[in-house]
Amino acid sequence: MEIFLQQLVNGIVLGSIYALVALGYTLVYGILGLINFAHGDIVMIGAMVTLAVVHFLSGTGLPGPALVGIGVLVAAIVCMALGYLVERIAYRPLRDAPRLAPLITAIGVSILLQNLAMMIWGREYLSFPPLFQSGSFTFSGVSISPIQILILFASGAMMGALSWMVKRTRLGNAMRATAQHPEVATLLGVDSNLIISITFVIGSALAAVAGTMVGAYYGIAHYDMGFMLGLKAFTAAVLGGIGNIEGAMLGGILLGVIESMGAGYLGALTGGVFGSNYQDVFAFFVLILVLVFRPSGLLGEQVGERP
Amino acid sequence: MRNTIKAFILAIAAMLAACAKHSTDSELLIRIGSAAPLTGPQSHLGKDNDNGVRMAADDLNVKGIVIGEKKAKVVILSEDDQADPRTATIVAQKFVDEEVAGVIGHFNSGTSIPASRIYSDAGIPQISPSATATSYTHQGFKTTFRVVTNDNQQGHALAVFATRVAKRIAIIDDSTAYGRGIADRFEQDVKSMGANVVAHEYTNDHATDFTAILTSIKGKQPDLLFYGGMDAQAGPMMRQLRNLGLNVLFLGADGSKSPEFIRLAGGAAEGAYASAPGIPLESMPGGRDFEKRFTAKYGKIQLYSPYSYDATMAMVAAMEKAGSIDPSVYLPYLAKSDYSGVTGKISFDRNGDILKGAVTIFQVKDGNWKAVSTL
Amino acid sequence: MNRGIRLFLVAAGLIALPFLTDFAFGRTWVRIIDFALLYSMLALGLNIVVGFAGLLDLGYVAFFAVGAYLYALLASPHFGLHLPFWLLLPLGALVAGLFGILLGAPTLRLRGDYLAIVTLGFGEIIRIFLNNLNAPYDITGGPQGVNLIDPITIGGFSLNHPLSSSFPAVYNYYFLFLAVTILVAFVSSRLQNSRIGRAWVAIREDEIAAEAMGINTRNVKLLAFAMGASFGGLSGTLFAGFEGFVSPESFTLMESIMILCMVVLGGMGHIRGVIFGAILLSILPEALRYVGSLQQAIFGHVYADPSSIRMLLFGISLILVMLFRPAGLWPSPVRRRELAAHDETARHENSSIYDAGH
Repeated sequence: MEIFLQQLVNGIVLGSIYALVALGYTLVYGILGLINFAHGDIVMIGAMVTLAVVHFLSGTGLPGPALVGIGVLVAAIVCMALGYLVERIAYRPLRDAPRLAPLITAIGVSILLQNLAMMIWGREYLSFPPLFQSGSFTFSGVSISPIQILILFASGAMMGALSWMVKRTRLGNAMRATAQHPEVATLLGVDSNLIISITFVIGSALAAVAGTMVGAYYGIAHYDMGFMLGLKAFTAAVLGGIGNIEGAMLGGILLGVIESMGAGYLGALTGGVFGSNYQDVFAFFVLILVLVFRPSGLLGEQVGERP
Repeated sequence: MRNTIKAFILAIAAMLAACAKHSTDSELLIRIGSAAPLTGPQSHLGKDNDNGVRMAADDLNVKGIVIGEKKAKVVILSEDDQADPRTATIVAQKFVDEEVAGVIGHFNSGTSIPASRIYSDAGIPQISPSATATSYTHQGFKTTFRVVTNDNQQGHALAVFATRVAKRIAIIDDSTAYGRGIADRFEQDVKSMGANVVAHEYTNDHATDFTAILTSIKGKQPDLLFYGGMDAQAGPMMRQLRNLGLNVLFLGADGSKSPEFIRLAGGAAEGAYASAPGIPLESMPGGRDFEKRFTAKYGKIQLYSPYSYDATMAMVAAMEKAGSIDPSVYLPYLAKSDYSGVTGKISFDRNGDILKGAVTIFQVKDGNWKAVSTL
Repeated sequence: MNRGIRLFLVAAGLIALPFLTDFAFGRTWVRIIDFALLYSMLALGLNIVVGFAGLLDLGYVAFFAVGAYLYALLASPHFGLHLPFWLLLPLGALVAGLFGILLGAPTLRLRGDYLAIVTLGFGEIIRIFLNNLNAPYDITGGPQGVNLIDPITIGGFSLNHPLSSSFPAVYNYYFLFLAVTILVAFVSSRLQNSRIGRAWVAIREDEIAAEAMGINTRNVKLLAFAMGASFGGLSGTLFAGFEGFVSPESFTLMESIMILCMVVLGGMGHIRGVIFGAILLSILPEALRYVGSLQQAIFGHVYADPSSIRMLLFGISLILVMLFRPAGLWPSPVRRRELAAHDETARHENSSIYDAGH
């Protein structure tokens, strides 16, 4: 039972990271119908910038959380600028092109960002200094570390804020209008180009936060860390119903838990035939099952019901 | 526009000219290929291998080489094989085209194996400084060598060490040719030595989260955890291990025995064990000196640069002995190599595996790898 | 120019190609062209699924893997079986085609990007199985792969044997791969102009309308998956015989993405364009190896490490090509007309090509 609860905690923490990254995919997809393959790499840039800032300021004697705070702020600014640029240069000119064209530029941007990062920060795995209090709290045999708690709270707060913004604010209204019908939205006085830019900027800021979390949690950053993470997050977004903010959160946490339980119990369930080496097979199998019965994901495509 | 095109054509022509062989020099040029992943997740290790080869070339050139009464100079051609088997065969063909005298590489077993067929067909000797899969040297090719112990030799030594200190053993491997190869061998040997393998879990070489498999291992209460895989995963795994409150001995293979591991584990590395082929650098004549000079030039030694250094040295030594850089002439001398390098004595058995390869167990003490015992 | 003369010139060019390449650039480039041909087959296969039928597939490399492993397992010391090439080549295509149906069946209802992620998952599932089926029984060799695969042998002649010192093994493979590529291209073009080809286009443009016209969308879609997959299987068997070694590392997601890039960059749905895309993208990363010596020649100094700048340039070229030629470098004439016409209808059609079913 302890082990089961521990696996559940592991899964939820991993899942909230997936969820946070998945939000970036979902926002962009909801509005443009585009899989922004480069999103995972913006997460990576976020982690790298935070790390650079932390290293730069590490001599000042500021406490760890303050360093991370400043770092994430700078990273958010850099990522927002980057997100804006990427949309402007690589996606906007292709808005009327065949739909696979921006997918290819997205792959190009992903390769470009990875190799730029390699040139700037090097080939090595970079390590985050231990910034948070180490050790962990134990509740009836289940251990949880301060940073895990922080991740849960921070991602919960960000998701709540985003959900509120999209549903309740004027900006959110404009975003939803643009998602449903860009031409009509323009007629109604919405500057859809601006809204699309803002969407990218918000998604990139979330990416910066996610990148910092991943870096600080696992203690490492590397120029190709974004690709697999992005892919998992994209899977999570599809599982929940891509284009749907609640869907991204649900999908993220679900995927985290599925992976965790898959790694933990697959061996025991199949009598040792399939072990933790089939963890990803298990996750994809669940995804396929879900999609066979609910072809638009668990929660459907609320935000982005495109015409 | 026309001018740009003209300039471009000129540039291409100049490039081709630069690629063409310089044969006007009276000096004999020994062209040696160096193949490793220079991009991708393993590029820090690939670059480390390449630096070892380059340092050997610089040392040889400073010392001066004479091949059959002719002054010679070593030139290194580095290629990126991206750790990809298909790219590796292109790189191999490129080396064959460029008529290199020998090749140091490749880094991975998965690239060394498909490339070895091309080198063998062309008769060009290949020494891998880091490929450990047993099958690499067991294909019946005369041109394949390696200067590290293979999975069988190292897995056995690791098992001997593990059964001395533990009874209940858990294993994780990274699902790569290297990690799975050594973990399977280790599992087989510890079982035959009477230890109890309580779990064998799997991760992959892109993973960062190991909490799920570590939690499941925690439930089986082992005394020792063996990891078959690279430092980039072993480091973070170590952190998560301690965060989960799992107090077991940690044992890695050579892929984990790097300064990178200690850095990435962020303080949690203390007390961890790992093996490395050969004899510890500090107990070798010239080992300390090598370490000092390498660090000054390229930064910390990651993993296999001493081996790629030795491989290059042994290859050129064979050429000197044979008095020729013609592969068919010096190959027999290489096969009978008897060179004292910084990692130990370099001589090969009939397969091309290193003869009497020692394996040393290291432990992290005060933030540095210290040799514990040589098996 | 007369059609006959043109055909003759193309044929002469293709026959002379390996000799000229070898003379000018060396044998490495003949090997690169061999791989370019294998990729052309793959791109043509994916083109059926993505270009003709409009189904986005991100796991296509799985079929390549199926073909490669089929040959590797049935013609190597791994099981001690050494079945002949002429049997394994069609068998590879057939088995891969069955896998195509296996993938297609549960995903028929999915559209657009949902299909993309499921196919991606399928590709990963196949790779993970190949990587792990070495225990409890050793079927695939696991991560170590399968080694010492028999070279392709036709009528007792092993292609690994050079005909003479100036006619090395890579030439043998070139001519075999060229023949199969031409066959695949021919089948593709016949399919495109057949009833089935038109049904695929109908589904791509509007699935509901296609169904209303009496097209059995289920069977037609499955056929697209099966045909596309079988080309992948063909290419895979040839790959295994050529390389002599297969391991799961060769069948990663990145390979699927590269093949998709070839199709889109070349010009989706256009056979010549797709072949062009495949050749370009398999040659480009290799050509970029020379940026180091190019810098040396122009500036007399190497400013940026060629290995790090190589993939950077590759990424930039993907972006630039798409920005300036969004329909691909060599689109089909129809597609070009659609894009040139900037009226609302054409725009709408284009933007919803992959939304069939909305």
